[in-house]
Amino acid sequence: MIHSLFLVNASGDIFLEKHWKSVVSRSVCDYFFEALERATEPENVPPVIPTPHHYLINVLRHRIYFVAVIQSEVPPLFVIEFLHRVVDTFQDYFGVCTEAAIKDNVVVVYELLEEMLDNGFPLATESNILKELIKPPTILRTVVNTITGSTNVGEQLPTGQLSVVPWRRTGVKYTNNEAYFDVVEEIDAIIDKSGSTITAEIQGVVDACVKLTGMPDLTLSFMNPRLLDDVSFHPCVRFKRWEAERILSFIPPDGNFRLLSYHVSSQNLVAIPVYVKHNISFREGSSQGRFELTLGPKQTMGKAVESVLVSSQLPRGVLNANLNASQGTYTFDPVTKLLSWDVGKINPQKLPSLKGSVSLQAGAFKPDENPTINIQFKIQQLAISGLKVNRLDMYGEKYKPFKGIKYMTKAGKFQVRT
Amino acid sequence: MLGMSANSVSYNEQGSVESGVDAAQENSNISGGGSGGAAFSLFSADCKKNEDLKEMLENNKESLKLEAMKRIVGLIAKGKNASELFPAVVKNVASKNIELKKLVYVYLVRYAEEQQDLALLSISTFQRALKDPNQLIRASALRVLSSIRVPIIVPIMMLAIKESSTDLSPYVRKTAAHAIQKLYSLDPDQKEHLIEVIEKLLKDKSTLVAGSVVMAFEEVCPDRIDLIHKNYRKLCNMLVDVEEWGQVVIIHMLTRYARTQFVSPWGEDAVFDENNEKTFYDSEEERRADESKPYVMDPDHRLLLRNTKPLLQSRNTAVVMAVSQLYWHLAPKHEISIVTKSLVRLLRSHREVQYVVLQNIATMSIQRKGMFEPFMKSFYVRSTDATHIKTLKLEILTNLANEANISTILREFQTYVKSQDKAFAAATIQAIGRCATDISEVTDTCLNGLVLLLSNRDETVVAESVVVIKKLLQTQPSQHSDIIKHMAKLFDNITVPMARASILWLMGEYCEHVPKIAPDVLRKMAKSFTSEEDIVKLQIVNLAAKLYLTNSKQTKLLTQYILNLGKYDQNYDIRDRTRFIRQLIVPNEKSGALSKYARRILMAPKPAPVLQSAFKDRDRYQLGTLSHSLNSYATGYLELSNWPPVAPDQSVRNVEVVEPVTEALASALGKSKRAKSDEKFYSGSEEEEEEEEGSSSEDSSSSSGESESESKSEENSDDSNKSSSSQSEKSSSESDTDKKKTQKNKKLHQQKPASKDRKLKNGKAANAESRSGSESDSESSSSESSSESGSQSELDSNSDSGTDQKRKTKSKPVQSKPVTNQAEKKEVSLLDLDDFSPVPVSTPKSSILSPSLLSDLQGLSISSSASALQASSPVFVPETSHELLHRMTGKGLSAQYRFTRQPCIYGNSMVSLQLTLSNNSEQALENIHISEKSSSGQNIHRFSAIERLEPQASATVSMGVDFNDSTQAAHFQLCTKEDEFSVSIQPAVGELLLPITMSEADFTKEQGKLVGMNESSATITTTPENISSQSVNRNVVSAANLGVIPSNQENIHRFAGKTVSSGSLVLVSVAPKDPDALITVNTEKSVIASMLLRQFKTALTNITP
Repeated sequence: MIHSLFLVNASGDIFLEKHWKSVVSRSVCDYFFEALERATEPENVPPVIPTPHHYLINVLRHRIYFVAVIQSEVPPLFVIEFLHRVVDTFQDYFGVCTEAAIKDNVVVVYELLEEMLDNGFPLATESNILKELIKPPTILRTVVNTITGSTNVGEQLPTGQLSVVPWRRTGVKYTNNEAYFDVVEEIDAIIDKSGSTITAEIQGVVDACVKLTGMPDLTLSFMNPRLLDDVSFHPCVRFKRWEAERILSFIPPDGNFRLLSYHVSSQNLVAIPVYVKHNISFREGSSQGRFELTLGPKQTMGKAVESVLVSSQLPRGVLNANLNASQGTYTFDPVTKLLSWDVGKINPQKLPSLKGSVSLQAGAFKPDENPTINIQFKIQQLAISGLKVNRLDMYGEKYKPFKGIKYMTKAGKFQVRT
Repeated sequence: MLGMSANSVSYNEQGSVESGVDAAQENSNISGGGSGGAAFSLFSADCKKNEDLKEMLENNKESLKLEAMKRIVGLIAKGKNASELFPAVVKNVASKNIELKKLVYVYLVRYAEEQQDLALLSISTFQRALKDPNQLIRASALRVLSSIRVPIIVPIMMLAIKESSTDLSPYVRKTAAHAIQKLYSLDPDQKEHLIEVIEKLLKDKSTLVAGSVVMAFEEVCPDRIDLIHKNYRKLCNMLVDVEEWGQVVIIHMLTRYARTQFVSPWGEDAVFDENNEKTFYDSEEERRADESKPYVMDPDHRLLLRNTKPLLQSRNTAVVMAVSQLYWHLAPKHEISIVTKSLVRLLRSHREVQYVVLQNIATMSIQRKGMFEPFMKSFYVRSTDATHIKTLKLEILTNLANEANISTILREFQTYVKSQDKAFAAATIQAIGRCATDISEVTDTCLNGLVLLLSNRDETVVAESVVVIKKLLQTQPSQHSDIIKHMAKLFDNITVPMARASILWLMGEYCEHVPKIAPDVLRKMAKSFTSEEDIVKLQIVNLAAKLYLTNSKQTKLLTQYILNLGKYDQNYDIRDRTRFIRQLIVPNEKSGALSKYARRILMAPKPAPVLQSAFKDRDRYQLGTLSHSLNSYATGYLELSNWPPVAPDQSVRNVEVVEPVTEALASALGKSKRAKSDEKFYSGSEEEEEEEEGSSSEDSSSSSGESESESKSEENSDDSNKSSSSQSEKSSSESDTDKKKTQKNKKLHQQKPASKDRKLKNGKAANAESRSGSESDSESSSSESSSESGSQSELDSNSDSGTDQKRKTKSKPVQSKPVTNQAEKKEVSLLDLDDFSPVPVSTPKSSILSPSLLSDLQGLSISSSASALQASSPVFVPETSHELLHRMTGKGLSAQYRFTRQPCIYGNSMVSLQLTLSNNSEQALENIHISEKSSSGQNIHRFSAIERLEPQASATVSMGVDFNDSTQAAHFQLCTKEDEFSVSIQPAVGELLLPITMSEADFTKEQGKLVGMNESSATITTTPENISSQSVNRNVVSAANLGVIPSNQENIHRFAGKTVSSGSLVLVSVAPKDPDALITVNTEKSVIASMLLRQFKTALTNITP
């Protein structure tokens, strides 16, 4: 399956290689570099690249390309999914997944990769199992290890590897027993010029942070489970129970994990919490263009819209922007032509606006297309689909855990065409 | 001193330098100076660096060694050569420090291929580690051993794989499955031996192993489909519990398998053509019969579809994709659409995932628009998408276009055309062109829109429009001279060669429609001929020729001029073309014949190009594969075969014992024995008939689920039957009568040997029968006969229905008796392993028990140097279920319970129990729960109420009971909506314990504290083989939930556990003294001690080897 892995940084250098079978020369990456050169944007590199003897499957995350070398037929998603799992694991271990972090922890990285694949086939990808085999580096542990000479490597097969609940380790102990659930919904929408919604859908996740002693068995039920159109679960969730009763019943992994992700389909009516009034126009022959944006809250269920960030890729002909923001600050990068406006909170009484003029290159033609506007925002304490957790119960342990549920709505891919 | 990097390069290239380094190392005290000479100083920088690594490695301090290894791994990671350190590194392969050892392994695997001779030094270490009691060490030893690609050790690897494939730890077996592939790639000659191992591992019941062994199967012998037959149902059933990566591999393999084994569910049309030919000479009637035969899906086919469906909810995108492709290739057409939602969900995932999923959707959407049409909006393009994602979405939108939605799609396309991403805009124009040809209603609209785009400022857009317009005009050239004129006007502004060439071609082709403009264009082109691109020049020549033929008066001179220019062009294609055209159109003496036809050659009506999707033919590849993504055959791609016209024999998949999933937990053997002995009252033939029906009922889709577990339990019962004397007596007496019966019965000649065998030894038969498909069927009925098959055989009985009915009515009352009987049996039946239960640790078969297994067994428990008592996982989990409620007493509700021997998740002092509730009645039972009031004093953790249990369904729930360390039965009320049943669970004393591990020293220490009245012992007499270490271990751990203490002393066996409720220590030691054996139990709980002692006495005296 996966033969080798090369990590390539943004400037096109291979900074780590790992081989699970015989060594593949790093010159195989030349084909990748070729594709990289051809691509205008870093994202435009095709994920699957054939070469005469190998196939390269790459994933771009945190500005690092993870290039896997494959020698024969394998489902490409298998490799892609695995590579993403590798990135997630690094992130889990080192907090960030950057070139520096990987270089600093190269030994742990190598140990991890060694455990994650055997002969190119995934062996252990569950974070809990890996953490028992290889303890994540912390400053304290590094100090202790240098003094006592103990190691980061577990000597026993993690209990999870053989158990029916591989995601949970045994013997978990906490003094404060807590279980927090975050219901986070993202609105993906395309709004057309006139302000009407072309498409809108809600993608939600329930992220959990569970720190409970022992082997708790939790059930989580929703007030309105019917809303959930399509769901995918963490393996801990008992599927049968969901099918029959629409109740999430599970023995949780220890720590942070994604319990469930769901989809509220485009067939349902989706509330759009913000609106944008825009007037962007360029005149033929003139080197100036008008640029006006006003934001306002729409269907927010009485909650405040916060952390609003507007960004827009202006046409290539734009030289500079001379704007005036009634609230927040804006920046314009003359090289990438990216305009971004950090609005902050929307005050319904005094709507934030960004007005002014953009100057075009002398002699440049009027751009064909007006830029699309991408909006990010957050609304605390609201799940826009109306999903509500009914109750959370714990079985199997005697203590009373502290339970918390948080709701949040965010903009996903929220675009306004102008 | 030279730069380091330069040095390392030059150094690496010279393998022979290594000896020089060794020499240098000896002289290292003279450090890098004059003695090394000129050659040495050249490498000094690098040598020095590796020198101190070497020194560190040879140091006695662990920490220094570790530091050195970490730096070496850093070098490897950067791709630097560190191979000259091999001798220094390999010495540390036997290090005690596990991290150091692992890093050495990393190094070894990387460089062993290059340093084969030195690598051999490490082999013995691995061979030793393969015998280590710690399963992790065994597994990693095998991993490294098999990763060392040194051909000399192939025999050693083979041996190691064979041994590890029978290891007790599933983790080690998994590693063995991986090693198979490694060995195969190293030495393909081992194929035959490896296939044997694969065959063995395919039978493995552990979910951990399944994925890996199927992977090995796919790599080594994907054509040996016959190995899958027997494991097919097992794989289907365990699929949900296999780890996600294994799921992907298994699903892909099963897709291929299913395509060879089942007939097409896609209606008759595909198959029909072939039938037609075959039945050409057959009578008309026969053929009609053939056609009208309704399609019935093979139950195994259905099983696969049903068991993969829940996996669509997986968080792993590869799994979802795998299931989707399985449905695409295997499911009946109307069922395929269930995968749509899940695929659309994947579009939210990472860019790379989107890319692959969109490719697959593109292929799907060509064949089945309806599947994705409701989700059309999910494919709308966002400006932030990567270009290849945009293009794929466009492709899908185009595929989905139809009369109803075309206006929406075109409106959307209008936005895309204006996109700043010009490559994407160009792709959109092509898409518009495709829509225009596909849907005739909008052709004109599209054409007009495209003409507007001709005045676009961006030339890629214009060029693409021209090309598309050209294609469109060609499809309907009627009245479009306006457009051609318009294009001619724009010609001067268009610079893209392809577009210019297209316009010229259009001019030439339709020069009769634009008689005035065409010669003028030719005039312009004659001027600029030399500066045009080749592709344009060719079209100029074409245009000239065509005009010469239609309008020679105006263009004769121009044409000659152009032909002259072309004659001396640098490009030979153009020279060739010019020469050809000249001969063709200009009549002269040499080329008389052909020029007559010049007009017909050049002005022939040309077929319109077909605008079609690039994904049109991709469905020849299996979806979700690399080949599909690349649209070319990847190495190792396994073709999906066509459906067979006639289904191959489906009985090949039958496995020894098959019971419906729902009823599998019924205590099959114990009950059936009882029932059978009762049935002696009835004629033998009837029973036999029933068996026959059983074999047919076996195929029903709901069956087969637990076949594997069943067979497993029978392996166990092999041992257990013998240990419990009462049972074996029963079965032997029964077997006699049965034998007579079978002999009397003349109907079933072929089945005789099988049934005889089975009845002689219910357990042992399982193994033998696994080889013979049809015989094995009868096995299922024997266990089902009394308990469950009633309703089922009713469904399936066809010929024997009459007698069948009779028998049923007779046998039913008989079965209602035995509840009380069962309770009495419990004590003895502790080892009665005749029932299903999911067991993490497979139990040893007597045939494979070797002395080394003892150490393996010990390895399963966690050995720790710390003196603290560590709870460990159970060494052995019995598979026995005990009856809680019989279905007659329970008015259709039956219940079994089983001790899982796991720490209870509900409370520390509780014993964990697994309860299986089955509904044998005709109506659904509602609200099954345990009533609040408990009649006895025990603290019971109730399972949450089961809302509804459908007829013939069963549910498994877990509960916990705090027995307070006594064997007093726990009484409680099992309630349904209508009824209440009083039931009780009586635990065997061995179940009140939890295993713990400790070191041998701690054991002796603790034992020293528990003397006097806390110690009870007994002497038993056994035969030497009974007291062999493995049988003692096996019998003790199966009688009581104890952990094995690894011991250095051969002749003494130690076990430790604690009571569940109070946590008191229970220490057991067995010291064989030929011919006697001394059993000692040390615990504060004297009652438990005496009961345990009694139990062990029975367990150890009754065993047979």
